Amino acid sequence: MTVRVEHSNPSSRVGVVIVAVAFVLLAAAPWWAERASLRLLAEIYAYVALASLWNLLAGYAGLVSVGQQAYVGLGAYLLFALAMLAGIHPLVAIPIAGFTAAVISIPVAALMFRLRGHYFAIGSWVMAEVFRLLASQVSALDGGSGTSLPAAVVLSIASSRQMREFVIYWIALAQAVAILGAIVWLLRSRYGLALTAIRDNELGARSNGIDVARIKYVVYVAVAFGTAMVGALIFLQKIRISPDTAFSVNDWTAFVIFITVIGGIGRIEGPIVGTVVFFLLRQTLADLGAIYLLILGAVAIVVMLKAPKGIWGLIADRFGWQVFPLERRLVMGDR
Amino acid sequence: MQWLNTILQGILLGGLYAMFAAGLSLIFGVMRLVNIAHGDLIVLAAYIALVTVQALGVNPLVALIIVVPAMAGIGYALQRGLLNRTLGDDLLPPLLVTFGLSVIIQNGLLELFTADSVKLNAGAIEIASIQLGGGLAVGTLPLLQFGLAVAVIGGLQWLFYRTALGRAFRATSDDQSVAQLMGLNNAHIFGLAMAISLAVVAVAGVLLAVRANFDPSIGPARLIFGFEAVIIGGLGSLWGTLVGGIILGVAQAIGAQLDPGWNLLAGHLAFLLVLALKPEGLFPKVQG
Repeated sequence: MTVRVEHSNPSSRVGVVIVAVAFVLLAAAPWWAERASLRLLAEIYAYVALASLWNLLAGYAGLVSVGQQAYVGLGAYLLFALAMLAGIHPLVAIPIAGFTAAVISIPVAALMFRLRGHYFAIGSWVMAEVFRLLASQVSALDGGSGTSLPAAVVLSIASSRQMREFVIYWIALAQAVAILGAIVWLLRSRYGLALTAIRDNELGARSNGIDVARIKYVVYVAVAFGTAMVGALIFLQKIRISPDTAFSVNDWTAFVIFITVIGGIGRIEGPIVGTVVFFLLRQTLADLGAIYLLILGAVAIVVMLKAPKGIWGLIADRFGWQVFPLERRLVMGDR
Repeated sequence: MQWLNTILQGILLGGLYAMFAAGLSLIFGVMRLVNIAHGDLIVLAAYIALVTVQALGVNPLVALIIVVPAMAGIGYALQRGLLNRTLGDDLLPPLLVTFGLSVIIQNGLLELFTADSVKLNAGAIEIASIQLGGGLAVGTLPLLQFGLAVAVIGGLQWLFYRTALGRAFRATSDDQSVAQLMGLNNAHIFGLAMAISLAVVAVAGVLLAVRANFDPSIGPARLIFGFEAVIIGGLGSLWGTLVGGIILGVAQAIGAQLDPGWNLLAGHLAFLLVLALKPEGLFPKVQG
């Protein structure tokens, strides 16, 4: 008699089909959606990716960073530097930017991990500020006032404007799917078991022989890699960069945290649900300006106190649903 | 002489940073809470002072009589009504709730007072200075600020180690459940700790508002300065925060002297250097 680990359940079988159909529909969006919708969708993909990465970092590895804008901005600036100063094709520059940011994150992590728990959060913010101030010192990219990608670089993506928008749209979709896929793969691996254990009880995980410090290190560097690539693509689409927009704590950390908390932290579906809610709220309340952010902050606080597992946590607890085949169930006997 | 003057100004600025840090250090010491909204509360205090000054026509330093109790009251209510619910073994709730609070305060102030920067006018004292001879001079106001910072930290030190309330603070800091068994009401003690923290924040906010222009967005940078002073000085040491604040202030002043763009960067680098070489800070006391 053998014992197998079963990952899927009926809801995840349905979930995977829904995800696959959605992917095909979204990949075909250039044929059915207008330009404004494409841009909005690309933005949604970027936030799904950023929130999923932050969720992995804070929700699973317990590294509550409020400084992930450091890597969004770093990736964006590396892309601009590679494309404008080194003449590298911008689409090739995206993975190079991610890789370089990951390398830079290694010594940064060594320094930040000296700060325990709570103080790590603010330390990560200091690091983002350091990056922002350094970026405004780079005179080759016009320092504090920022710069735009030259026309030649933009044209090298694709010669027609429409094709350029399509290419960036598809890359944004592919990037979000790849990041989600990588996280699903990671969580199904033995590292995922360790990460889930760390999420549920760090002390317990350590006493079961998990090298918590090493796993946190690996997650931090991997998340830096992904975050920088997302940042690079966001600013490739924007074409214009400045230190204040690239290292914006509101855009790249506050929104991302609110999305994850409202959707459900510590669950892979949470950031997706949260992003949908976030954009629905934004489309209806955006005219309110500062009040909108105020409402968002209040909603996040209420969710954190009343339903700390977020919207998806409530649904999953109530119905036992999972979209991605992640759970581990022991099944007796051969298939 | 130029450099001596720079360092002197840095030291005096450090007093203000120490005050940012003292409130942060106090509540972390008592209840292991890192308040991400700390900087925004400093700015809130500055705006309360602005409203007081405009409504009553008093000097900002006199407005302290109103701002300090107001902020202490807000602190107690905030702790009892909201923050006590976030305390526990999990790191996430306090961080995320205070982060949300930071965004709420920032945008609330933006909605009420717009993004225009304002400043409080303390009158003739602002331009008065004391000659130290040899071309050195210190402003009366910065000196007063530094004196206030030393007095506040001295007062906190006395409160912590010489009074019954301080004993209660240290008891809950050491072991919350045992403190409760000994008859302390932790929720109330935490409320008082936050009230005192925000009373210090009130003083810091008014001094900040008199010293320079402020607007709703500058809170996070104040949080970061206070945090850096805490880490440089060493967690849990009140006099350490003064040294940390001074080191930060001097580093920023020297950086600004070298190149205006290096002002803040030099302060951050001083912090990172301490973190790399002596991560427990210069005067460590408690383990976080």
